[in-house]
Amino acid sequence: MRARRLQPRKTPGPLALNRRDLLKLLGGGILILVYPPEAAAGQYQIPDAYLQIKDDGTVALFTGKVEYGQGIMTSLAQMAAEELDLPLQSLRVVLGDTSLCPQDADGGTWGSLTTRNFGPPLRSAAAKAKAILIALAAQQLNLASSQLMTQDGFVISRTDSAVRVSYASLAGGKSIVQTLQTTPATKNFAQFTLSGQPARRLDAIDKVTGKALYTADIRLPGMLYAYILRPPAYGATLKSVDTLAAGTVVGTRVMQVNGQWVVLHAQPDQARLALELIKATAVYNPPPAGQDQETIYAYLTSRYTAGTLFAQSGNLATGQSQAVAKLGQTYYTPYLAHAPMEPHAAVVSIEGTKATVWASTQTPFTVRSDVAGALGFSTANVRVITPYIGGGFGGKSVNLQTVEAARIAKAAGQPVNLAWTREEEFFYDAFQPPSIIKTSSGLDRNNKISFWDSQVYCVGNRGAEMLYEVPHYRIQTYGNTSSQGSHPFSIGPWRAPGSNANTFARESHIDELAAAAGLDACSFRLLHLQTSASARLRKVLQTAAASFGWQPAKSPSGRGYGVACGSDAGAYVVMMASVEVEAKTGAIKVLRMLCAQDMGQVINPDGARMQMEGSMMMGLGYALSEELHFKNGAIQDLNFDSYAIPRFAWMPKLETVLVENNALSPQGGGEPSIITTGAVLANAVFDAIGVRVNRLPMTPARVLPLIQALPLALKPPQYSANQIQLTWRGQSGVKLQSSPSLTNPVWQEVPNTDGQSGLTLPATNGAAFFRLAR
Amino acid sequence: MGTISFQLNGQPVRLETSADRTLLWVLRTDLGLTGVKCGCAMGYCGACTVLVNKQAYRSCLLTLQDVQDKEVLTIEGLANGAQLHPLQQAFVDHGALQCGFCTSGMILNSYSLLLAKPAPTENEVIAKMNNNLCRCGAHPRIVQAILSAAQTMKGGL
Repeated sequence: MRARRLQPRKTPGPLALNRRDLLKLLGGGILILVYPPEAAAGQYQIPDAYLQIKDDGTVALFTGKVEYGQGIMTSLAQMAAEELDLPLQSLRVVLGDTSLCPQDADGGTWGSLTTRNFGPPLRSAAAKAKAILIALAAQQLNLASSQLMTQDGFVISRTDSAVRVSYASLAGGKSIVQTLQTTPATKNFAQFTLSGQPARRLDAIDKVTGKALYTADIRLPGMLYAYILRPPAYGATLKSVDTLAAGTVVGTRVMQVNGQWVVLHAQPDQARLALELIKATAVYNPPPAGQDQETIYAYLTSRYTAGTLFAQSGNLATGQSQAVAKLGQTYYTPYLAHAPMEPHAAVVSIEGTKATVWASTQTPFTVRSDVAGALGFSTANVRVITPYIGGGFGGKSVNLQTVEAARIAKAAGQPVNLAWTREEEFFYDAFQPPSIIKTSSGLDRNNKISFWDSQVYCVGNRGAEMLYEVPHYRIQTYGNTSSQGSHPFSIGPWRAPGSNANTFARESHIDELAAAAGLDACSFRLLHLQTSASARLRKVLQTAAASFGWQPAKSPSGRGYGVACGSDAGAYVVMMASVEVEAKTGAIKVLRMLCAQDMGQVINPDGARMQMEGSMMMGLGYALSEELHFKNGAIQDLNFDSYAIPRFAWMPKLETVLVENNALSPQGGGEPSIITTGAVLANAVFDAIGVRVNRLPMTPARVLPLIQALPLALKPPQYSANQIQLTWRGQSGVKLQSSPSLTNPVWQEVPNTDGQSGLTLPATNGAAFFRLAR
Repeated sequence: MGTISFQLNGQPVRLETSADRTLLWVLRTDLGLTGVKCGCAMGYCGACTVLVNKQAYRSCLLTLQDVQDKEVLTIEGLANGAQLHPLQQAFVDHGALQCGFCTSGMILNSYSLLLAKPAPTENEVIAKMNNNLCRCGAHPRIVQAILSAAQTMKGGL
């Protein structure tokens, strides 16, 4: 399990108020503050979590985490309600408001950390709150605490259920602040009544009725909508900007802010209209020559000299000497855009030396510091409120739009609503970096992997662990997903950062080894998962195989079945898929995908399945179609016409299997299932058609040449009573020829066979010879 | 400047503004109906879908002139007070949403399908919905929700 990294939290939050004032701010009642265990040393002044029991019986849970579709609003409420024995509807979750909520130790909502890391302190806070309520009830009812139990928001006598008092009446008129540094006992998984059950999402009704507010929906008196004039490419600067025509749109303000031209209007369409009337030329200064999506790999690889050792075992030379067969392959993945449906947006309202910011962000506390810095305000005077977010995926942990909006609001003297266009959303994305992963390996005389050497460029070590039992291996990385290095534009975390590329490389490669060994892909993996350390993954793999109905067969079997394993965020995942490849076009149709996941205790099974399904659907994109197109600093993908994300028509039959592991505390669930989608489909394609695609995405344009390069071969003829059936892999331009003799061949084209894949002939007593030709 | 009149969620609306303004922005700004979303502004994603005379349109591609004297339905007009429309209820029951940004467009587009075809097959649902984009991957549940709502509604809308 990944260790928590506490972020230094020196900037004041609501706890800059003393605790009594905080309670007054929140409206009285009982307040439980939970400090992390490390706080005992007196270093940290700001708690992890707090829970407030109000005198109307409702409970408010305050957290710096945010909801962007991953369902934590509901799963956190479930955990608190579980410990408090409170109906789920009585819980109100306050998310991402920097003036009300504590800053969370993870630094942002990312990394599949919320349920894992934040869950335990939250449950402690709720358990402590329950203990306080029982103590108060004991006083009021003149009973010992041991004689009391809790249920549905009441403290009840164990011997007479009519003797009871509600949480509301216990909290009424109180002003109690309790801090907690030791962890009270929380419920055993076996005692759960709420957690582990499907729960209706708390945000669902708002979202289906249009009541849910996202950042750009915020409307304030006097608010102006702003658009910024952007350069056409990275490295380009705008010259001779003529804004005269923009001013002809009635009600428009045109100004320069921080060196950028900005247009403002009370109506966003008029602001946009005005912006488009500005005439400007640009001076281009493109990055080093030849940088486009084809040439970038060689360029990036050349920029690194020394690698960083990530993991090793045994001795590579020994492993190499034991190998009777050796393999080498390089795997490639491209820049990927996050492309959330909601573009980045911010609304900023300034009054004097105070600012209120609404932002579509995964990191509200970082936004607070960034905006305070940009405005020259103290952090205590900046409040960031996080409305519903329309997708994050890591891309909203970078929030350029917030400082842009803040500067414009300050210059304009009015509240500003800055919502990026889709073009800006693509252009200013912090893309998933590309990867180049060079892998070499060998099989010993027993068909076991004797060595494995991996050089990972640009994507870092997440997901690069050696999952299998290999005696001699070395994994080195060159750069990672947070080092800007030589990339021509910003890079950043993209759902399971680095893990998609590392898993694609490892799982493709082990499949290549399995094929070289002449063994079934699943069986080969199991051969390398024999020790007790591998037990968790072995169980998930066997569960997946049983659920999928996987029968052993060596690849390429023609079935089109693929398997891929992975580990991320403390969870183990195994995916299996079934595909069909259209040999004439290289198009891949995914028929079925199954994902089996061991994520420890599952707080909300339906929520977990939704994340697994969502990851599988999203993963189809990076496997089959998504790739950033760029040249000389210009981003060529500016809307969904050229950057193709998965659609309804792509849906395979999706199956999710939650592998039971209640002995383990909850692990990550928002990301793990996406990491295996690239590899499972590449492996399925190999099994279908014998073509190994080592570069994603597997577009028809990339796959077809590989099919066409396969040696032409007629399949063994099928004989029946008076017919002979010939079949082959059809391709346009490939035709069947026949000759009556092989000693003096006269090859004639068999009519109507160009691009076909079969021919049925009447059986004769004579001899005939057939071949395929281009 | 001119006057545009149309029916909006069952009520008459009269606006004094340019007829060539984009419907999406008039709905969100002048009329305060923020349930309709801007995902791409070019008609690719469908997050801005509204119904005009029972047909689904991308409001980012429509002007006010286009809806003169017509009936416009946004997501805010679907529920009957506190009573959710069967499609809305089905989306909730099936968990057919995650971030929710594409949801109004999905619901309205599917509503236009069910108005025209009360008992669609799964393939017909997929074909009709294929140009509405969802990044969170809620597609399978969206299809199930629509099919389930069709059952509940059984031709009576």
